[in-house]
Formats: sequence, C-alpha cells, structure tokens
Amino acid sequence: MARFVAYGSVRLDAVVPAGMNDEAVKVLTEGIPPVPYGTPVAEAFPEGSFARRLVDLPEVAGALRSLVGPGPTVDHHAVHVRDPRGGEAQPLHGDAIIDTRVDAFDVQLMYYPHDVTLEMGGTLSVPGSHFRRTNESDTGRYQNLRGQTRLVCPAGTVVLLHHGLWHGGRRNDSDTARYMFKIRFNPTVRQVRLWDTGDLADPEVAEILSTRFPWYEAATARLEYYNRIRMWRALTGDDTFDIEYWMTRVSNRPRRVAS
Amino acid sequence: MSAPVVRQQVLVLYLSTSALDSEVVGWARYDGTGRTSPTTGDSDEPPYRTGVAALCDGWRLIQASPLIPPYPGHEYDVSFLKHEFFFERLVNVS
Repeated sequence: MARFVAYGSVRLDAVVPAGMNDEAVKVLTEGIPPVPYGTPVAEAFPEGSFARRLVDLPEVAGALRSLVGPGPTVDHHAVHVRDPRGGEAQPLHGDAIIDTRVDAFDVQLMYYPHDVTLEMGGTLSVPGSHFRRTNESDTGRYQNLRGQTRLVCPAGTVVLLHHGLWHGGRRNDSDTARYMFKIRFNPTVRQVRLWDTGDLADPEVAEILSTRFPWYEAATARLEYYNRIRMWRALTGDDTFDIEYWMTRVSNRPRRVAS
Repeated sequence: MSAPVVRQQVLVLYLSTSALDSEVVGWARYDGTGRTSPTTGDSDEPPYRTGVAALCDGWRLIQASPLIPPYPGHEYDVSFLKHEFFFERLVNVS
C-alpha cells in the first residue's frame, strides 16, 4: 500500500491465465455492455462473464479489496484498441475532472490480454503524479518526463492506477493491434486500513513513502512527500504519522505560555 | 534572389529549479518544418541535461515561467510543473 501511495499504481504481471487471454480479444472486440455509472460489480458483470472472472481472479480481487474495499461500484468501463501504425498518442492526462479528495480515491484497472512491446505503444504513465491538481488534458504539453513509464508487459498483466495518475495511450508504431480493457471502480466504504496492516510499523514504509522520482522539481518534491504523508494518515487513521518531520514542523503551534 | 524560407522549431524544457542551468526534468518538441513529428511518450532521454546546454547548442530562449507565490490556503498543493522554458530555432527550408 505504501508503494501505491508513493507511485500511484500497482502492477500485477501476467496474473490473468493464458486461456482467458486467448478468449479476451474476441470478447473485447464484440464489446462489453455498458452499465450506468455506479453499478455494483455483481450487477455490472454477471456471474461467469469475462469481466467478472477477471475481477474475481485472486490477485486482482485481493488488490481491489485492499485499495477500494468490499462492494465497490463500477464507474464506467471501456475497451481501448490502438490500431497498427494508426492513430495518435493521447495527450498526457488525468481521467475525469480535477479531483481534490484527500480521504478517498478511485482505482482504474487496466488489463492487457497480449504481450505489449515498446513499439506497440503501451500506456505511458508518470509515477508519483497522482497528487498533482491538474484538470484532464491540461498537461498535454508534457510530452516526456524523466522516469516516466512506457508500459512493456507480458500477456495477462493488470495495472491498477490511482484516479489522479497522469497517463496516456501511446502511438502504436507496430504492425499489431493493441488491446486494453479498463474499469474504473468507486469505493463504497471508508478507505481506512483495508489491507493487511501487520507491517505498519516496518521502517520500510517510510522508506517507500520517501521515494523520489527523477521528474520531480527540487522544491516540489518536498510537497509530494507532504501529500503522501497526508494520504497515509487518512488511510491508516494515524494522525501522528510523519516522515522527516515534514508535516509536524509546519503544524507546530505551541499553546503553552512561557512562565 | 528570393528570401530564404524559414520555419520555427520549438523546444520546451522543464527544469528542476528556476535556474536555467538546472537539470531538465521534462521536455516537449514541436517542428514547424514538418520533417519530424515528436509526440507524447516518444523518448525516455532528455535532449539536453540543462537549459544552458540547449543554449550552447544554438536554441534561443524566448519565454520563461514567472515565479508566482502559492495562493493562500494552497501552499502544499502540487500542480503543473513550475519551471518551464520555451526555446526556438529557425531552420532554413528553402
């Protein structure tokens, strides 16, 4: 979870079995019926359907349970196909509109049914960009950022993104169509200690939350840590958590009057 | 003799601090000659290490971000990259 707070994503390589990947292109080409915003997963994806089997895979279900909790609703879903040698790269963007929530977040699942090579234009994402308060494609001018991720992955990979993460579909410069199925989930419970919290006191937590990405400006990187601390406090319910005194220092207002 | 036909190439560099000699953290390119078509996510390596390195290679600085204090109440917000520098190069296409 600390890694998700720092990076804004979790990647599960090749968690979908080959049989489902083989089935996927046909299913995704035929289309998955749209559902109204906010439909419970069980209603959106009937028992036995491809999408239901996907979100019920133990690794996927476990990650979703840890991030958004039990009983999430489906915000929307869509199949994205990048044609061979066709189309343009999407501008770098965050989905939906600017989202200022500190104590709640949505998760976007992205599933890749086949191997994705660099030339196929796997999704571009920017680690640690999820706290940036920018609106949709206003970031379109940012073509490349140091430390960005250009997804290259084996078939059956699932990536779960924080709703605010900057990302975009890249231009497909290969001769093979690239498929991606995405589902956005909304939580229906408070996102507090929903994961295995047995290692909360492990020093590695603070270490992971202190990850610095190469594209961060020198000064703004410190504000990124501040925002991670704020999210970690919300997720754990621990209002005393801090790293390197970043939040404690600037909220210290002594009330004691000197004698 | 006809006048040379020139087109503008634009380079946008995002730097680590407001200093032009600080490190490049992000970049974008636009090519008015039409000879190249830079786009989102087309490279992992910055074209220059610093803004000054771009000057040394002949790019002309035409705009730099002003330094704007945070809005009251939003001092800890993170948003757009702050240190944006626009460069141009004029290329003879005649």
